[in-house]
Amino acid sequence: MLQRTWPAEGLTRVPYWVYQDADIYQREQERIFRGPTWSYLCLEAELPEPQSFLTTFVGDMPVVVARDADGAIHAFENRCAHRGALIAMQARGKTDRFACIYHNWTYDHAGNLLNVAFRKGIAGKGGMPAEARPESQAPKKLRVESVHGLVFGTLSSEVASLKSYIGPEILPRIKRVMIKPVKVLGAYTQVLPNNWKLYMDNVKDTYHASLLHLFFTRFRINRLTQEGGVFVSKDGAHHCTFTEMIEDKGDAYEKGGMRSAGSDKFRLEAPELLEQADEFGDRVSIQILSLFPGFVLHQIRNSLAARQVVPKGIDRTELNWTLFGFADDDEAMTRRRLMQANLVGPAGYISMEDGAATGFVQRGVAGSPERASVIEMGGSGVGSGDSRITETAVRGLWQAWRRHMDL
Amino acid sequence: MDLQQAVERLHARYAHALDEGRLEDWPEFFAQNGRYRITTAENEDRGLPLPVLYAEGRPMLRDRIQSLRHANIYEPQRYRHIVSSVLVEQLDDGHARSVANFLVIRIMESGDTLLFASGRYVDRIVLSEEPQYEERVVICDSRRFDTLLAIPL
Repeated sequence: MLQRTWPAEGLTRVPYWVYQDADIYQREQERIFRGPTWSYLCLEAELPEPQSFLTTFVGDMPVVVARDADGAIHAFENRCAHRGALIAMQARGKTDRFACIYHNWTYDHAGNLLNVAFRKGIAGKGGMPAEARPESQAPKKLRVESVHGLVFGTLSSEVASLKSYIGPEILPRIKRVMIKPVKVLGAYTQVLPNNWKLYMDNVKDTYHASLLHLFFTRFRINRLTQEGGVFVSKDGAHHCTFTEMIEDKGDAYEKGGMRSAGSDKFRLEAPELLEQADEFGDRVSIQILSLFPGFVLHQIRNSLAARQVVPKGIDRTELNWTLFGFADDDEAMTRRRLMQANLVGPAGYISMEDGAATGFVQRGVAGSPERASVIEMGGSGVGSGDSRITETAVRGLWQAWRRHMDL
Repeated sequence: MDLQQAVERLHARYAHALDEGRLEDWPEFFAQNGRYRITTAENEDRGLPLPVLYAEGRPMLRDRIQSLRHANIYEPQRYRHIVSSVLVEQLDDGHARSVANFLVIRIMESGDTLLFASGRYVDRIVLSEEPQYEERVVICDSRRFDTLLAIPL
């Protein structure tokens, strides 16, 4: 059993052992990823037709997501009932049934075992006894629900419906972006040299954005002096932050002598890269939304993306980016989205630093499992507000995490 | 100098400039309206247009370097490009097409050395005294990128 004790200060301290312990990692797999949470699986648009499928992960667990012949979406563990081999090995495709390559046991799109090869033997010889019940080791089936074209799954029969899980503070902010059928523009994976929670923590940290990501501030794209705010779900688990499209003429950064202060001698030669069409009609230029445990939806100008956070061990995380537009985008809008793809991903002007910064934390805390992060910007509470110089959403993450982990 | 040599020399000069950290020279390897795009084999195979990095025209190429020099934060690192198997085809009097393999090894200050990227350069080249890229498409074999991609490939 874990002998770890949370610091007496509560949510304003996050001990570094949370990013380091192998037993914590195992407990997260059981209590969070295989527990009463909803994990993002894919976009509905990634399963374009009946019998389409793709493979993904819920925590460490490999998962197949498939549409059946009638178009319904199912998800099941990518593990054959027989010897545990992967049932589907391709990233995506279309198939009328799944056949494990090892011994050719077959499954339908819902993960039901259809056929055991040579179950009755051949010519009365070999095969399984009549009383054998290989179905008892069948792949686990996930409950699957979609919200506005985003597909989620859970192994839990107790967790509330997806919409109640997300809650009334955050759900409208998903709907705000996912207004019509989407079109996938492409995907890639960024491998982060750190624990998965450091990335989620970073996403929820509204305080860091304009201080770490200098591209923002140098070009006055997002500075904390602009209008914006943060929503946090009641249980702290999910968050959404936004910034309005106002050119900041203030000089708070310059007066403060900050590293990210703007400079007149530094101007983009080709600022058309940043030109935004106000497609949602509310003048919001950036919205970053996260759902516990590992999903992020972003709108950065006209760049839209789903990010799936997949833990790959204590100190390695895969961040799967899927960028999309809408099915009815015209050529100019698609071009804008592709141009603004420069802002995000591993080479993103405003996102490349996240992998480095969170990796620096993983390395920095190596000798101090007993020490803790100081998370006191905006006080000690968890809640929504109109300032982004706060760590309220970060505290929300840890509130939710501790509840699941019973720590 | 024949066409094959001229194109290989362009690729070599480009690789040495990046590997020596002469990032300001990078836009100069492109024509004024030259385009540069990094993508993955997976996106190409799926017919998806998403770039990992895209720039068109020297001003946008220069912006990338300006940002790397003055805005983006990344650990000191170097690349070593290995470019090989260069195929060249003359398109017309003024243009050639080239396909070449590349490996990019990334070396951190600590000495950590990683095979960072492999793939193909698919280029359209304007032929002149000093040939230039009219378009350079960098198709990475893998969909995965370790930590971040700062210096162009």
